[in-house]
Amino acid sequence: MAKEIDLYARQKRLAWFLVTPAVFIVLLIVAYPLIQVVYTSFFRAKLDGSVEPKFVGLDNYANILADPDWWSAVRVTLLFTVFSVGIEAALGLGVALVANSKFKGRTLLRVAVLVPWAIPTVVSSQIWRWMFNQIYGVVNVIMVSLHIVPETDKIAWLAAPATALPVIIAVDVWKTTPFMSLLLLAGLQLIPKDLYEAASIDGAGPLKKFFSVTFPLVLPTLLVALIFRTLDALRVFDIFYVMVQGQAGLQTMAVYNQIQLILFGKSGYGSAVSVIILLIIMTFVVLYTRLSKTSFE
Amino acid sequence: MNASHLIGRCFAPKFLLAALAVVLPVTLQAGVTIRILGDSDVGAGGKWMRAVCQEWAKKTGNTLEYVNRPKDASDTLRQCQQNWAAHSPDVDVYMIDVIWPGIAAPHAVDLKKYYTDADLKQFFPRIVENNTVKGKLVSIPYFTDAGLLYYRTDLLKKYGYSDPPKTWEELAEMAKKIQDGERKDGKNDFQGFVFEGTASESITCNAVEWIYSFNGGSVIDPDGKVTINNPNAVKALDNAKSWIGTISPKDVTTYGEDDARNVWQQGNAAFMRNWPYAYSLGQASDSPIANKFDVSVLPKGGDSGKNAAALGGWNLMVASYSKNPDVAADLVKFLASPEIQKRHAVDISLLPTRPELYKDSEVIGKNPFFAKMLDVLNNAVSRPSTVTGSDYGQISAAIYQNANKVLNGGESGQDAVVNIERVGKQILQ
Repeated sequence: MAKEIDLYARQKRLAWFLVTPAVFIVLLIVAYPLIQVVYTSFFRAKLDGSVEPKFVGLDNYANILADPDWWSAVRVTLLFTVFSVGIEAALGLGVALVANSKFKGRTLLRVAVLVPWAIPTVVSSQIWRWMFNQIYGVVNVIMVSLHIVPETDKIAWLAAPATALPVIIAVDVWKTTPFMSLLLLAGLQLIPKDLYEAASIDGAGPLKKFFSVTFPLVLPTLLVALIFRTLDALRVFDIFYVMVQGQAGLQTMAVYNQIQLILFGKSGYGSAVSVIILLIIMTFVVLYTRLSKTSFE
Repeated sequence: MNASHLIGRCFAPKFLLAALAVVLPVTLQAGVTIRILGDSDVGAGGKWMRAVCQEWAKKTGNTLEYVNRPKDASDTLRQCQQNWAAHSPDVDVYMIDVIWPGIAAPHAVDLKKYYTDADLKQFFPRIVENNTVKGKLVSIPYFTDAGLLYYRTDLLKKYGYSDPPKTWEELAEMAKKIQDGERKDGKNDFQGFVFEGTASESITCNAVEWIYSFNGGSVIDPDGKVTINNPNAVKALDNAKSWIGTISPKDVTTYGEDDARNVWQQGNAAFMRNWPYAYSLGQASDSPIANKFDVSVLPKGGDSGKNAAALGGWNLMVASYSKNPDVAADLVKFLASPEIQKRHAVDISLLPTRPELYKDSEVIGKNPFFAKMLDVLNNAVSRPSTVTGSDYGQISAAIYQNANKVLNGGESGQDAVVNIERVGKQILQ
């Protein structure tokens, strides 16, 4: 008996010993910067240290919530997130189903599908920006040759939020659907084949099979993919920044944050923006994990 | 902070300097690695600068690592500020915009000790003054820049004009006539006037020119008074709005420098506002518009207006975080020397910061338009950077977002000047 306790204590010590480096690293690279950001957010401070930091309490937060540009950034980010993630999930599932079925050239399709995702976003955004140029952009050239728009009145896609936001969402869908389908394909491949055989014996058609077997079993993977993509989309910066720069009405939360923190050098205010973005993202994480718990049970 | 700390702070650098002076001849010969954040690959500047920097390295036996700056000026500033905030010794020499000395001053070596007063007098005094912050010479003028009007000489002749437009009204009229005529001839993509309208520093320069040319002042005057909210400034912005969709493409509001130049250099525009770098690229042998264009001062806003050209240009600064400031300063002196500036002007048409070079026959022979540039540079209008210092980013963002919004039809010129005024007053309060 005594020996057993001794063994347990030794194992516990060993466990602590093994886990310490990891805990230390997490504290160093996650906890410390996070605490620092929260701390800075209560000060009026400049990034280059040109003014002495001054404690201002919650002033930074109050100023952000009173700034119409911030609320415009929230609106743009949420619109972008809902539409891009929604469309990507639907298309991604479709592509994954096709890639999961057996046909000639399946490997080729899987590789081809990944190409947009493999190109750095900054590069592909710039290419799309040129393709949507009013004068020499290929999109307008095609639309003119199909007689959708007159040659004398080509569309200035990126010059106004009403057309630029859908364009940016489309570019993101083009880019990130492969990622979505790759994750979902992995989920689809985990579904045991005998379930489909059993369903066939029970006389289920393809639709019935999809809704009773495929969808419920791929749902956990789908939720994980949605969490990833939503968090990514809420932090979106590069596509917007390359395609429309600082155009009013087209700033995302991350662009707003970057302008305040880096361009204006307001490290206190910028940190407060970061904290608010973190809280918004955490809300989504909590929502999703709640959702996934109920769906797993 | 106690007294001994203060003494320590004051004396430590001097002691180090003295120690450095003893070992300096040795370190200079040993060859060190100098890293420079130099010109970007937009236009020919980056390639040229990289090659010349390597020449210096070969000559002095040092190693040089050349880093391209981002093509956008605002992005470059962000990169600089990140390095400076981190006190990073990674970059020794920075090429900084003419509007940044106020921001860069705390992070720069005072370059006065590397130049005599007589040396400094050979540069444009206005730029040296601009680069001096509270007695500290933050940077050395490398090349200067000013907004220019590019016009197609062949098309002006074809449509019966002998001279470039004197006022913005004339420009709009001429641009419309040429655009209509060219489109009738089947060139459906032909544009009257292109410029930099994207929401970034690019449009800030344009807006400052429009407003100044209409006698609308310079946004914030040197005494710190916010002057933007006046009828002439409103008129200038509304006038620019009237070009969109008539003589300029609707998406000119997304154009940076090279977007405008792409349209222009393909022969698809009658007029362009741009910086001097577009001149030599346009005259290159493979350019469709070679020998078909010229440059002039930008038009006045009405007969009583002024010619305005935004003062641009880039300067060389040594970071105080550099481990080898003396070697770095040697590179700066080399790049800003009369010989190198002359080659700069002859090879890629960048404007020297030494007035004497505007009388050099070789320089003028290669760039006939430089003869007009002394006058343009005397008319140059500064952006409100000196008076706003490290808050310049905020006033510039207010100008570029609101000017861009006016052009996109999102607000009136009147709303724009009120919004810019509010930000200006916030900064200066």
